[in-house]
Amino acid sequence: MFSRDTWREIFDTLNKNKLRTFLSGFTVALGILIFVGLVGMTNGLQNTFEYYFSRDATNILYLQPGRTSRPYKGYKSQRRIEFENEDLKDIKENFSIFIDYVSPMIRRGALVKYREESNNYTTIGADWGQQFAENTIMMKGRFINQEDVKNKTRNAVIGRLVEQDLFGNMNAMGKYIDVGGSVFKVVGVFQDEGGDREERQIFIPYTTRQLIEKNTDKIDLIVVGFRPEIGYTGAMALQRNLNKYLKDKKFISPEDQKGIFIRNVAEELERNQAFARVLAIIAAFVAFGTIIAGIIGISNIMVYVVKERTKEIGIRKAIGATPRNVISNILLESIFITTLSGFSGMIAGIALLSSLGDKLMDDYFILNPGIDTGLAISATIVLILFGSIAGYVPAKRAAQIKPIVALNEE
Amino acid sequence: MIEIKNLHKSYKMGSNALHVLKGIDFSVKEGELVAIMGSSGSGKSTLLNILGMLDVADEGEYNLDGMPIKNLNETKAANYRNKFLGFIFQSFNLINYKTALENVALPLYYQGMNRKKRQEKALKYLEQVGLKEWSHHLPSELSGGQKQRVAIARAMVTEPKVLLADELTGALDSKTSYEVMDLIQQINDKGNTILVVTHENDIAHMCKRIVYLRDGVIVKDEKVKQVRAKEYVQ
Ligand SMILES: Nc1ncnc2c1ncn2[C@@H]1O[C@H](COP(=O)(O)OP(=O)(O)O)[C@@H](O)[C@H]1O
Ligand SMILES: [Mg+2]
Repeated sequence: MFSRDTWREIFDTLNKNKLRTFLSGFTVALGILIFVGLVGMTNGLQNTFEYYFSRDATNILYLQPGRTSRPYKGYKSQRRIEFENEDLKDIKENFSIFIDYVSPMIRRGALVKYREESNNYTTIGADWGQQFAENTIMMKGRFINQEDVKNKTRNAVIGRLVEQDLFGNMNAMGKYIDVGGSVFKVVGVFQDEGGDREERQIFIPYTTRQLIEKNTDKIDLIVVGFRPEIGYTGAMALQRNLNKYLKDKKFISPEDQKGIFIRNVAEELERNQAFARVLAIIAAFVAFGTIIAGIIGISNIMVYVVKERTKEIGIRKAIGATPRNVISNILLESIFITTLSGFSGMIAGIALLSSLGDKLMDDYFILNPGIDTGLAISATIVLILFGSIAGYVPAKRAAQIKPIVALNEE
Repeated sequence: MIEIKNLHKSYKMGSNALHVLKGIDFSVKEGELVAIMGSSGSGKSTLLNILGMLDVADEGEYNLDGMPIKNLNETKAANYRNKFLGFIFQSFNLINYKTALENVALPLYYQGMNRKKRQEKALKYLEQVGLKEWSHHLPSELSGGQKQRVAIARAMVTEPKVLLADELTGALDSKTSYEVMDLIQQINDKGNTILVVTHENDIAHMCKRIVYLRDGVIVKDEKVKQVRAKEYVQ
């Protein structure tokens, strides 16, 4: 059955019936290509979600002051709420069992200079807790520490790309840079998986920032890092209690939605993951449908091919082809085409996906689309298997019709 | 070589059946060249197809070279066809995407002969029918007479016991028909047994014996003086 002569006969037949070979091969290749593409794109979408959330820790609440929208306890509406250093301490004390750290943030844009090089960067007045919140990785030196905050030092921790921009190939460690008119010493360089934007930031002690701004004690934003053990429901409870506590403290009506904003990263992640899961299920359905469509396509082609070849089969039988000869020839042809084109389609799909990389990131939120090779191969094998079964049924029928009936076919 | 007794065949057409062969008794000895004559619809092809194991009889006995042909499964029938019989059809029945050589070599493929031997042998038989130079042409590039000669070479290539030809000149003009019959006579001269189905008198008289079929029975079976086709050629 698998002699060289058999294969030669099969190649010959395929080669001399190019259109037919092309059509059935194309159906299979396209089916696999679409399958691989769809699964890959879905994975790319999930990668994007992960990318956005992996750059920062997810056990975090962001507290942001707003403006009241209703009067309360003698205070008028439209009052601006502000956080102060004292709030950090109070939150830490009142919620200590839930909380790992409470970290302030004061964001300012600044022109930063080193010798002839200068550029605009975001500076973040922060404390040591920020390193966990942002998932920053130190490449050189250290992050802002307790001493810096306490002594209001002029130490700065710069992003990898800040170093690259301003220092070129030089080492920035220990050098002095001008940040918006004040001189800071570079004590650390960090990298961040969050991407270019995050690597173009500069951290300075928040107390130093406050000192520069007329020794104020105001804070833009409070980052609360809660203990991961409290879980999703614990985080939601913490969010509610913090909201209540701060509204009480700042004399904001409990009904006021605008006084304080709390962003819960875990909740957002959960929502997005749920969205990604739904998307993955839909895509799985469509991908499955593609395989089914491919199977139906190849079945139809096989039925057609066998029908078209009935007379030829009759001739072959008249001159001595056994039913087994007939079936094995048709079957091997179909297995050969589906295998070859199936794997071509698979490889084309994988190549296409890997060539995309982050090209679809900005417009379609698809990052590094790809497919598990095992899954791609399984899908291809399933298609080959069913393609063969699809070929077997009409082949068997053709092999059983009386040669004279097949010969009379036109 | 061929012996049949009381052969019956009918075609079922919905509720009623068309009784085509109504008890045929006849035998052919080795080396004979027999014409089966009869008007269209008299059952000639039906008889030939049964002799060729392309179809089966409803009733009766059939012995080929002493071998009873009965209840053969498709695989056995295919092997017997391949080994013992060669077919020549009115419509040539060549495989259109295969060259003349490949068509002639195909029966040998089903015998399991290796490719090189197949092609050598096929070429030898193509040479015998005068088409050596055309071996790499597709059927579509050949004339009707050439196609039929390729078909004859294909039927001969397995060196069968019996050649069965159904209206082999039916699609050819009379000049080409005589050329093909000349070839058949030459093959018969070498001792091959040949059965030719025809409704044409002149073709029938180029055989050595004529069996007349009418309404499913043999009405006349006579030896004739063979007309040599060669006289009409050139
Ligand atoms: N497969 C078939 N089904 C039904 N009737 C058939 C079939 N083949 C032949 N016949 C009928 O059987 C009769 C004999 O046919 P056939 O043997 O082909 O005659 P001939 O070859 O002498 O012209 C005709 O009436 C024909 O219509
Ligand atoms: Mg006929």
